Amino acid sequence: MLSRTVSSLSRVAPQTLGAVNAASSRQYSITAPRPPTELNQKLKVTIIPGDGVGPELIYTVQDIVKQTGIPIEFEEIFLSEVHYTRSSSIENAVESIGRNNNVALKGAIEESAVLHTEGELQGLNMRLRRSLDLFANVVHIKTLDGIKTRHGKQLDFVIVREQTEGEYSSLEHELVPGVIECLKISTRTKAERIAKFAFDYATKTGRKKVTAVHKANIMKLGDGLFLRTCEGVAKQYPKIQFESMIIDNTCMQLVSKPEQFDVMVMPNLYGNIIDNLAAGLVGGAGVVPGQSVGRDFVIFEPGSRHSFQEAMGRSIANPTAMILCAANMLNHLHLDAWGNSLRQAVADVVKEGKVRTRDLGGYATTVDFADAVIDKFRI
Amino acid sequence: MFSKLPIQAVRGAASAIRTHQIPGHRLPLAKYGGRHTVCALPGDGIGPEMIAHIRNIFSFCHAPVNFEEVQVSSSLLDGDMDAAMLAIERNGVAIKGNIETKHDDPQFNSRNVELRTKLDLYANILHCVTIPTVPTRHSGIDIVLIRENTEGEYSGLEHEAVPGIVESIKIVTREKIERISRMAFEYAKANGRKKVTAVHKANIQKLGDGLFLKVVRDMSEDYKDIKFEAMIVDNASMQLVSKPQQFDVMVMPNLYGNIISNIACGLVGGPGLVSGMNLGDKYAVFETGTRNTGTSLAGKDIANPTAFIRASVDMLRYLGCHYHANIISDALWKALVEQRIHTADIGGNNSASDVINATLQNIKVLMDENPKH
Repeated sequence: MLSRTVSSLSRVAPQTLGAVNAASSRQYSITAPRPPTELNQKLKVTIIPGDGVGPELIYTVQDIVKQTGIPIEFEEIFLSEVHYTRSSSIENAVESIGRNNNVALKGAIEESAVLHTEGELQGLNMRLRRSLDLFANVVHIKTLDGIKTRHGKQLDFVIVREQTEGEYSSLEHELVPGVIECLKISTRTKAERIAKFAFDYATKTGRKKVTAVHKANIMKLGDGLFLRTCEGVAKQYPKIQFESMIIDNTCMQLVSKPEQFDVMVMPNLYGNIIDNLAAGLVGGAGVVPGQSVGRDFVIFEPGSRHSFQEAMGRSIANPTAMILCAANMLNHLHLDAWGNSLRQAVADVVKEGKVRTRDLGGYATTVDFADAVIDKFRI
Repeated sequence: MFSKLPIQAVRGAASAIRTHQIPGHRLPLAKYGGRHTVCALPGDGIGPEMIAHIRNIFSFCHAPVNFEEVQVSSSLLDGDMDAAMLAIERNGVAIKGNIETKHDDPQFNSRNVELRTKLDLYANILHCVTIPTVPTRHSGIDIVLIRENTEGEYSGLEHEAVPGIVESIKIVTREKIERISRMAFEYAKANGRKKVTAVHKANIQKLGDGLFLKVVRDMSEDYKDIKFEAMIVDNASMQLVSKPQQFDVMVMPNLYGNIISNIACGLVGGPGLVSGMNLGDKYAVFETGTRNTGTSLAGKDIANPTAFIRASVDMLRYLGCHYHANIISDALWKALVEQRIHTADIGGNNSASDVINATLQNIKVLMDENPKH
């Protein structure tokens, strides 16, 4: 790959040079064209299959990678709360991700409603997020051609959710019998961090507007802090429009005029609800990719995190979300050509509509869909 | 010293041009998922093509860096400068080509000075080291130049008191001298350097430079392992061109620093070879050592990319991406020293793209030899 690139560079360079000399002005030319980003080395990533249909979806992605020659390799870490005897430890997972370019691809881990360890109120998902400090959850809501939606509009917006504090603090106690207090914690540092992330994300992806979602009219201190912090951060980004919206109104707007949104930023619990609501707008849990981002690590996982336990082993789950996650992961690793090709292949298959899984009204299996994607893949 | 870093310094003297350890600890402002966002300001002249080369190299070796490009040039309006400033404040780190300053217009402040003062980038650090195959008058030079970057003669306070009489005000403050000398000694300590030389003109400016000299000397008491000496600026210039090997780390006020660093860059082969860091407590801007725009070379593919590549290596070191910093630095050394790919300014006849291509090839070899894990 490299030798080919370099020889082509030396061929190209003198020609470009001549062209520039001819045009006398202060124009500059980029004489060395950008080489394809991949080296011969493969990049390693960690995979965490999770529960329910997670493993099937992850193996679908592995299959596609193998068949199409995408230059990545996998290291598998099994984490599960349901099968906690087989589960690896969080520490192992963290170490593996650190070793593998700080990137993981993950299926949903089922939160068990029964407590296995006395006094441990945090689920496995949350502990993983905490130990990697994955403070931001990003879900990209985008309509795919070929999927019928109720509103029939082209949607393309991003939901950024804080996911380390707020209602998810796991601080709950029974004060006197029958009275329970759940603590919702909001801190300025974390609000600042998520707001800055949202604006940085908007800058990076060329988006125009950030909407902060809150309930500061009722929780004047807690959500008030979040709102004021967002307003403060917005001043650093004069090119991006900022607005705020109350959570109940946001829900109504989302189901009536969803096309008005661009980037949305919100605290933990609202984010959880809005994520799922918005996923429903474009075709459900099976088609929406997401990612959890921290300072040092990033985990790619479907946008609405359901393990879909009842479909386990039946090969009926829609792998679109997971494949799009993999495509996003390739972009994150700067393997843009591969990522874009994979995304295009998925888009083509969905658009054609010949291979549809049950959630989209077809009878195809997970494997059929993967095969169709492999067929369409061109690079 | 480098044993802590992922690649051992074993390949000859390639480590000579590796960027030093940068003292102090700063939290990255825009790092997500292990990737840094940095602001790229292409500037005028050869800046844009050089930034393109850097992006090329970074994407080739998978350096975990994303660029946010902001155009600033002397012809733009004030609002755009503010946009660039905000972009650096958001990301914390920038790599920049130089912006041309119009000399004749008194209304026109230098964009570069403005950037440094507004972001409070108080330390300008240059590492001048001779590269064996580059023709120079002296060999064995290895000097670190640390210059105060925000006060002194560059205060921008000039006025005509009565017609024909102009006053330029040079301002020195204890606080700013303290932090620059602290930076100098910490830098020397972090990199195992032996001596710090303070350059001054305290025999004439007894109060202004006198304060500088006193503060640096007092500071040297805290660093017993490092030898301290002082030298007057005129003598320092003479010593530099006659016996440059005697210098190790030099610490200077603003204007002297400007002159001395250009002399030192000239000694090791010219403006195309040396990179410069501008560090503050929160932000850092990386650029070439001598801050020329190279307008006459723009678009001809002949400008030496070494300085810019080294600036990008400085940036990677600052961001803590030591593996990629070392790989790129060593690949560049190999291209310059072992393969003798030289551009016209250092007596060769290769183009800038030749240097880049050779570096890319070397990066590939080095990465195969030293995989990251």
